[in-house]
Amino acid sequence: MLIDTPQFGKKHRLHERIIESVMFLFALFSMLITVGIVVILTRESFLFFSDPKVNLVGFLTGRDWQPMIDQFGFLPLLNATFTTSIIAMLLGIPVGLFVAIYLAEYANDRMRGILKPTLEVLAGIPTIVYGYFALTFMTPLLRSLFGQSRVEIYNTASAGLVIGILVLPMIATMAEDAISSVPKELRLAAYALGGTKIETTFKVVIPAALSGLSATFLLALSRAIGETMVVALAAGAGPKLTANPFKAAETITGYIVRISGGDVSYNSVDYNSIFALGLVLFLITFTLNLVSRKVSTIFHQEYE
Amino acid sequence: MQSSLAFGSEENVLSLMEKRRKVSLIWQVVFLLATSLAILFLVLLLFSIIDSTFGYAALAYEVEPSSLVEGRQHLSEFSRLQLEETARSRLSSGILRRVEYEKPIADRSDKDLTALLEQYVVKPSVLRTWGLWESLTNQDEIEMYLQEQDQAVLTFKNWLTFDFLFADQSANPLYAGIRTALLGSLWIILITFLFAFPIGVGSAIYLQEYAKPNRLSRLLQLNIFNLSAVPSIIYGLLGLAVFVRAMEGLTSGSVFSTTVDTTANGRTILSGGLTLGLLVLPIIIINTQEALKAVPDSLRMSSYCIGATKWQTTWGQVLPVSIDRILTGTILALSRALGETAPLVVIGASTFISVDPSGIFSKFTTLPIQIYQWSARPQGAYRNVAGAAIIALMILLMILNSSAIIIRDRLSKKKRMEA
Amino acid sequence: MNTTNLAENLLTAFPTQSIAEPARTIIRLQDVNIRYGTFHAVKDASMDIYEHKVTAFIGPSGCGKSTVLRSINRMNDLIRGATLEGKVLFNNEDLYSKDVDPVLIRRRIGMVFQKPNPFPKSIYENIAWGARVNGYKGDYDELVETSLRSAALWDEVKDKLKQNALRLSGGQQQRLCIARTIAVQPQVILMDEPASALDPIATSRIEELILELKQAYTIVIVTHNMGQASRVSDYTAFFMVDANRTGYLEEYEQTEQLFLNPVHKKTEEYISGKFG
Repeated sequence: MLIDTPQFGKKHRLHERIIESVMFLFALFSMLITVGIVVILTRESFLFFSDPKVNLVGFLTGRDWQPMIDQFGFLPLLNATFTTSIIAMLLGIPVGLFVAIYLAEYANDRMRGILKPTLEVLAGIPTIVYGYFALTFMTPLLRSLFGQSRVEIYNTASAGLVIGILVLPMIATMAEDAISSVPKELRLAAYALGGTKIETTFKVVIPAALSGLSATFLLALSRAIGETMVVALAAGAGPKLTANPFKAAETITGYIVRISGGDVSYNSVDYNSIFALGLVLFLITFTLNLVSRKVSTIFHQEYE
Repeated sequence: MQSSLAFGSEENVLSLMEKRRKVSLIWQVVFLLATSLAILFLVLLLFSIIDSTFGYAALAYEVEPSSLVEGRQHLSEFSRLQLEETARSRLSSGILRRVEYEKPIADRSDKDLTALLEQYVVKPSVLRTWGLWESLTNQDEIEMYLQEQDQAVLTFKNWLTFDFLFADQSANPLYAGIRTALLGSLWIILITFLFAFPIGVGSAIYLQEYAKPNRLSRLLQLNIFNLSAVPSIIYGLLGLAVFVRAMEGLTSGSVFSTTVDTTANGRTILSGGLTLGLLVLPIIIINTQEALKAVPDSLRMSSYCIGATKWQTTWGQVLPVSIDRILTGTILALSRALGETAPLVVIGASTFISVDPSGIFSKFTTLPIQIYQWSARPQGAYRNVAGAAIIALMILLMILNSSAIIIRDRLSKKKRMEA
Repeated sequence: MNTTNLAENLLTAFPTQSIAEPARTIIRLQDVNIRYGTFHAVKDASMDIYEHKVTAFIGPSGCGKSTVLRSINRMNDLIRGATLEGKVLFNNEDLYSKDVDPVLIRRRIGMVFQKPNPFPKSIYENIAWGARVNGYKGDYDELVETSLRSAALWDEVKDKLKQNALRLSGGQQQRLCIARTIAVQPQVILMDEPASALDPIATSRIEELILELKQAYTIVIVTHNMGQASRVSDYTAFFMVDANRTGYLEEYEQTEQLFLNPVHKKTEEYISGKFG
């Protein structure tokens, strides 16, 4: 017989409460990770800046990073990060956007059947392989195109271009989503007015998808800035402030990986410096991610 | 008449159409170019990997095979008798004793003896390697090189061999293998899974099924999205400070007084696995939430109407229906973790370890890190083994991703035929 | 439509309806007001639902009949922002009091939905699962057979109990949903337009089933089909909407009475099809 409960009294169901609490704690754990990141990075940065050899202004404006002679200016690292990311965007955004437009508006099933898997495979390749590619293919290519005296063995251009290829699938897929989600009616209206497909795409669809596209580009930039292994292998070791992308220079991420990969004792200035730079990196990417979210909601309202 | 004039004369309209048509055509070409570029990149990438993995290598022998046996250029040309004799006469006494002890020379295979002689007597080293493309197209240059280096012997090398898979790290790229790195990767992924899967799925269930739409839930949700976009190296820094340093007692095993390796001090598989676990956690949560969202509400409603509680509904109805998508997403997240390099380098993967990892408290290296270290070395042959290691890594990833798809298909089929 | 003709049809439909039977109240609504956030969905609903009778809720769309139905087994709780004032008494127990566990209510007051939604499990499991989570300790095979027989489905599925329930036809799925509800031994079965997604043959089978089931259970059925209400129910409640889109109970009577001799003008207008 079914256990008869004539009364509807509240059952205790303790084990349900426990399960729910445990899952709540798990969910809270993710909050803990963020707190951990912020706390750790801030704390170690604080230690870094409290070292007498280091000062904040010097850090932010200094053009030399040579710990040996107590120079801790991070501009060379920032500049290299900047250079590689810009080059990456110059390659990734146009190509990615055009591939996205092609996929969304023009591609037939056969082309789609080739392109989509290609993008998926490219997206799934680990970054270390891209780094290898930069070193063994891109750099020799650049050196043969522009001359071995112009292009150094390690250079930011090579790394930047490969990072561009790396973010290409991400840009293409997200941009395609953004473009495809523009309602059909907008396109049909434009055609009905006598617009060609291209005019419709550029003058109607793209502006309508602007929120999604801006979010995509910002996220891609954030990804490029945070990229490590490609620059670690191909861009060079040793901070150098230079505007020439054919020269070697070390980025923020490259520096962190080099120092932590070597022999570094806890509580040394070097150890603390990687956290200070980590904090800078975190702030930059976090801001970009936040802005990307905001942008996608701000623009979104206009067209709905 | 006014209105049509405002649009210009007939000729104007036609020439404008012509221009517009041209513009359309140009852009279509541009799009096709972009598409071809994307495909080209993939082809070039794969090509450069394959190129390094196969090709000619010029070897220099410390002791020429021809000096051991007249007229034989390569050990592979030795007869069985010659192999045994050379082994007995040329191996140093210490090595000979050990070799005999492990397995008498007479019982060993030809291949085995050849390998022994190669490693201890002939001792080849690589002078230069050529990629596959060059090997096939640039015969003249290779010939010239051989002329200059008259001691060199040319062989066609396939760097990706079974020996490669099972050998350990070695200073000589000819004998280097990825066994230690492969084991390290697998151990770490295991820890990553054990750590991130329960927490990730549990969090997702809470957020999706239990959480009320208040500020806290929104904050948690936003936080997870932000975490998924944080650069992986930051997780490395976090892991370094927390797992390696602050929790050294736990991660090195000294708390359990089972310190396997007294020099590991926190830079262990456990630390690596936990760090990557933090990294994939947001991905697993987001994926699981999507899987749960896809379950129609009507299922939950009918379950409640039978008198089932929320947990009974979640466990007995919602999860069984969404488990295929959850598992697939988790496996894909793990394959992402498998390819991660930066966070583990920051944690402190070992640069040279000769001993396979024996447990979670061991020092480690992983396959991507091995690739990194080999790639970074300028000597030619290291590029080749790096290429071979990359192919091994990609095959491993392919196996992992395929199994994700197979699992998903199996479970979906089961859902439809459920008993 | 000619009311007199309808009346004749009804008399042929209920030849043996006895009006003078004393009926026990099993559910009582007292001044029930339901709001979704600030929207007043139902106002001042008061009625008695009698044991072992079929009560039909009819009325135009948006009049709150489904809302009232859902409030009886507290399924409304699952809708964000839903609140209830007043009392819903089940065997004289206030269902909305703080000490009451909604989960237990739903075992005693079951529900069948408009769109059949069997669990994506086998036919056997559909019935066994509900019993299991409620702690059934008896013979499951027997329970499954009894429930399927009561739902007039046993003969059609007895050879394929392990088959996935989703492979049954719409009508069969709905009877399965009724079977799984019966399996946990409720006292009341609520039905929200149970046949509106089914073809006419399946519909009439459901209606036959309802008439059989009322001997063991109390049934409350929401329907937009007046013919169905007149065929199947002993009591009918007619709900209306006012100018503010708030639903209320316009008239509640024995079915014959409501259809033959409605007291309120609106009732008469609705029945004769003046609005839908």
